[in-house]
Amino acid sequence: MSYRNDPYDPKQVALLDPAALAEAVADATKAFEAAADPDALTALRSVHLGDRSPVSLARREIGALPPAAKSDAGKRVNEARRAIESAYAERAEVVEREQAERVLVEERVDVTLPYARRPRGARHPLSTLMESISDLFVGMGYEVAEGPEVDLEWVNFDALNIPADHPARGLMDTFHIAPEGSGLVLRTHTSTVQTRTMLSRKPPIYVIVPGRVYRTDEIDATHSPVFHQAEGLVVDKGITMAHLRGTLDHFARAMFGPEAKTRWRPHYFPFTEPSAEFDVWFPEHRDGPQWVEWGGCGMVNPRVLRACGVDPEVYSGFAFGMGIDRTLMVRHGVSDIRHLFEGDVRFSRALGTGA
Amino acid sequence: MRVSVSWLREYVDLPADLPTGDLEQALVDLGIEVESVVDLAGSVTGQLVVGEVREIEELTGFKKPIRFCRVDVGAANGTGEPQEIVCGARNFAVGDRVVVILPGGVLPGGFAIGARKTYGHNSAGMICSAKELGLGDDHSGIIVLPSDVAAKPGDDARPVVGLDDVVLELEITPDRGYALSLRGLARELSHAFDVPLRDPALAPAPRGTETPAYPVEVRDPVGCDRFTARLVRGVDPTAPTPAWMAKRLVTAGIRSISLPVDITNYVMLELGQPMHAFDADRIVGPLVVRRAEAGEKLTTLDGVNRVLTADDMVICDDTGPISLAAVMGGETSEVVADTTTVLFEAAHWDPAMVGRTARRHKLFSEAAKRWERGVDPAVALVALERAVGLLTEHGGGTPGAEILDIDHVRPRTPITLPADLPSRRVGVEYPPARVVALLERVGCTVAQGADRLSEDPGAVGVASGAGVALSVTPPSWRPDLTDPADLVEEVVRLDGYDRVPSVLPTAPPGRGLTPRQRRRRAVAGSLAERGYVEVLAHPFVSPELADQLGLPADDSRRPAVRLANPLSEEEPLLRTTLLGPLLGILKRNLGRGHRDLALYEIGAVFHPRPGAGSPPAMGVDRRPTDAEFAAADAVVPAQPVHVAVVLAGDLDPAGWWGAGRPAGWADAIEAARDVLAAAGIPDERVEVRAAEYAPWHPGRCAELRVDDTVVGHAGELHPTVVAALELPRRTCAMELDLDALPPTPVTPAPTVSGFPPALIDVALVVDDSVPAEQVRRALEAGAGELLEDVRLFDVYSGAQLGDGRRSLAYKLTFRAPDRTLTVEEAVAARDAAVAVAAERVGATLRGA
Repeated sequence: MSYRNDPYDPKQVALLDPAALAEAVADATKAFEAAADPDALTALRSVHLGDRSPVSLARREIGALPPAAKSDAGKRVNEARRAIESAYAERAEVVEREQAERVLVEERVDVTLPYARRPRGARHPLSTLMESISDLFVGMGYEVAEGPEVDLEWVNFDALNIPADHPARGLMDTFHIAPEGSGLVLRTHTSTVQTRTMLSRKPPIYVIVPGRVYRTDEIDATHSPVFHQAEGLVVDKGITMAHLRGTLDHFARAMFGPEAKTRWRPHYFPFTEPSAEFDVWFPEHRDGPQWVEWGGCGMVNPRVLRACGVDPEVYSGFAFGMGIDRTLMVRHGVSDIRHLFEGDVRFSRALGTGA
Repeated sequence: MRVSVSWLREYVDLPADLPTGDLEQALVDLGIEVESVVDLAGSVTGQLVVGEVREIEELTGFKKPIRFCRVDVGAANGTGEPQEIVCGARNFAVGDRVVVILPGGVLPGGFAIGARKTYGHNSAGMICSAKELGLGDDHSGIIVLPSDVAAKPGDDARPVVGLDDVVLELEITPDRGYALSLRGLARELSHAFDVPLRDPALAPAPRGTETPAYPVEVRDPVGCDRFTARLVRGVDPTAPTPAWMAKRLVTAGIRSISLPVDITNYVMLELGQPMHAFDADRIVGPLVVRRAEAGEKLTTLDGVNRVLTADDMVICDDTGPISLAAVMGGETSEVVADTTTVLFEAAHWDPAMVGRTARRHKLFSEAAKRWERGVDPAVALVALERAVGLLTEHGGGTPGAEILDIDHVRPRTPITLPADLPSRRVGVEYPPARVVALLERVGCTVAQGADRLSEDPGAVGVASGAGVALSVTPPSWRPDLTDPADLVEEVVRLDGYDRVPSVLPTAPPGRGLTPRQRRRRAVAGSLAERGYVEVLAHPFVSPELADQLGLPADDSRRPAVRLANPLSEEEPLLRTTLLGPLLGILKRNLGRGHRDLALYEIGAVFHPRPGAGSPPAMGVDRRPTDAEFAAADAVVPAQPVHVAVVLAGDLDPAGWWGAGRPAGWADAIEAARDVLAAAGIPDERVEVRAAEYAPWHPGRCAELRVDDTVVGHAGELHPTVVAALELPRRTCAMELDLDALPPTPVTPAPTVSGFPPALIDVALVVDDSVPAEQVRRALEAGAGELLEDVRLFDVYSGAQLGDGRRSLAYKLTFRAPDRTLTVEEAVAARDAAVAVAAERVGATLRGA
């Protein structure tokens, strides 16, 4: 290169020297590589790319060059600057990524800290079981019927073919409402709702009746004066015991799994004739697969139909009932019925979220 | 009822090697519940053998006389040598045959027998008493086998002493009185195993004679439709009850008393006919069977002096009542230690009358139990003959030639049964011949009843319809068979319930849950999701609860439904508020160490109908009219469904995140508002007002109104109530009447604007007495339609505001559906809101 025709101060253009520019690029690249984090890197930017950086100073020297040399020098300076910027960007990407990774490590917490900031509530398992039984039958087209817990003796007994002097009435262990002659009792079974349903609507009747019932049983591990039943009642034309069996089989499988089976034992209930008690067998019983008593059932006694205004010559029906408390106890292996009514929060919390 | 299988086998030829499990299953399939099966053969394990006493050496020098015996047990001990046994009993002699348990055997109660040295001699085994074998209470000596027993040394002793028997404990349903007898059970088992029955009721018995055995007048042939009696004179009063009879009575749970009385009980077990034995020498004059006069007195055999009513029936002599008919005899005429003239009575009584008498006098005797469930009116003379025969056989004496039989029993009316009714009701095809065969099997007389079709088809019947009609006369021992449906049950029972197929019926389309049912579920679910735990309390409460809750004298929750027969005399009332029992459960949880509790219950409360009186009597032969039933229904207490919560301790617990937050009055009110929201009541129809209402703190109680109707209360409990019920300080509660809520409306959808909101804060200074709720309502009323939301974010009171003043800071959100609001529009709306607040509640802008 020859600029001999021009006034020239070698000292002034020393920075434009290719070797010097190469050195500036090397210095910058080396410094950037040494920067440990984005802050340190940012601080180096002004040193190597700022106004007082070698490449910036070199650019200023271009003005002092003869015009013929300017283009060549400018190109050199720009190349050097681009090289430094590129080194900066590369390094920036690295330190920022490293920084982000460090933050993730630093921000780590102990996710196993106890998280019970809002204690969980719960339904009572009997409530959820009554609802799932209702849902099962609603799915079959039944309706959920209800009735009062204190009811007429006539509804609880007479209409159900349990006359005043019948020993079956004595077996019911009834809570009577004072004074004598009030004609009222705490219902001893959900069958009261059979009476009320048949009085209030015409067949076809397909209802399920979950509810609370009362007997004068002293409290112990298997008895409670307050317990729960679910009762089914169907009154329609041409209803047979085979329909009763089909319904109970379906019910048993829904409650106790697809392998559950039922069996009947002849029994006596004043409000059904023929009558049976039914047992259920299921594999997941706490003490191994076995039969357990489940409830009572039968064909609605024509006397009951007549007392409730349903013509037994046109309609027939079946009814069944079982203890919900017992079902819950059998299904979940509850050993003491008192757990159901003492209200200890541990019990509901353990069972009350998905019976 | 407890019976032994060996006794049953006297009447029915059960298979010889019948496993007890099969027997149990057969009974269950017949509808007889088996409470227990005790196989006595298994009650003694090891070798129990017959032994013959060869030598007795009396050992002296001990506290009591002891015998060292050599007993021949044949080859049972493996050596054939006599067994050496030390024995404390003395009621046997050389040559007697006794019962020996050899070492390795175990007696009832887990008493293991070994070989040991005692009283200076080796003793290998034991000579047994009846009590040691679990055969009775006789421990006066060891068993000495009677000479007529054929058994040789080394034989298994179990069959010899009756340890090969099986005892059944059976539960008989109340419709089948006949099964409370050996006769009835044997009949049922003959069906099950298809084996012959030897019906003891078919034994020959002489008929009533012209001359009565004793002068008797039956004045009420409805209460007593049959009365038979016969005398036995010259009975040996010291004659004991034979051991086999006493054993069967004891097995049945009946105490052995005296030979004549034991015979009446034995015949009752055998034939099902309750009987009575009078000492004829202690009866004064002729007997009269009649209703008692109200107030008449009788001392029954149990020593209780009873006052009778006009519904009871009595047997009287010249001295007045001597027996409470069908239930229990009297002291003055009972058989005693020196009785020699026995008058046996076998009668038939009205079951309903006996049931009432038994319940009235709380006398549930074995006899009363059978009467109530139905006794065969045709068996009286057979029972009489059987009793007389047993007495003369075991107690001597001479039966009188005269037999009394006053018979007013009405013949059974046949039931008309369409032959296809069992098939139609059961869903199994029973050919008419099969129906007839099964009914005849239970003792019915069946005729083709086509000629009867025009007659009354029975008390409750099913139209005969097409096909064959059967005319069925049930046997005398089945008073429970009255309707066609009863006969259907007999057919399906004997044919087998297991033959009924499984078919699902098709219900018509349902309407799902009712709105009320859905609402209850929504409320229950919402409380559980908010951390409340559902409990189900018993509804029984004490009369003191109303005072403990501080209810005023005229409070509508004071009148309560009272139980006539409460389980606990302390808790005879039914709850009128859920809070009493719920607070009880709260306390139980606290007692078990739980501190932070949020509980809820959904359930009925009970309010008596004032002056309701008794419901009108209604029959069952037809449906009551709507008016009749409505009149009766009006007596039934109101039973609205309530929801309640109780709160104690922290609602938000303390933890690594920071401090906890105690549950307070505001949480109870929030729970109430949540319930209303879950019940689908729109916020704008809910109003919260300060109220004074027990059992809440008068300054911390809110009443909740929906459409201006009070539906419940919430807040902190009154300190006095908290103290009276020993609850934690500041216990909070809420109770709402879910049935008082209006139906869930169909909510119109809001306009959701996509334009940005304008947010303006405003702090208003008001009097302390002004409820925040009123301020909010004023702001809402003034702000107009642009207001989207009002949120109170700060409440401040301080000296600079002046006494009795407070500042409420609200964040107002304005938004228009169709444009971005200008600042001017938002400010104008704010100013309008403040202006109404100023006007309604005297609010001033803070700092203004």
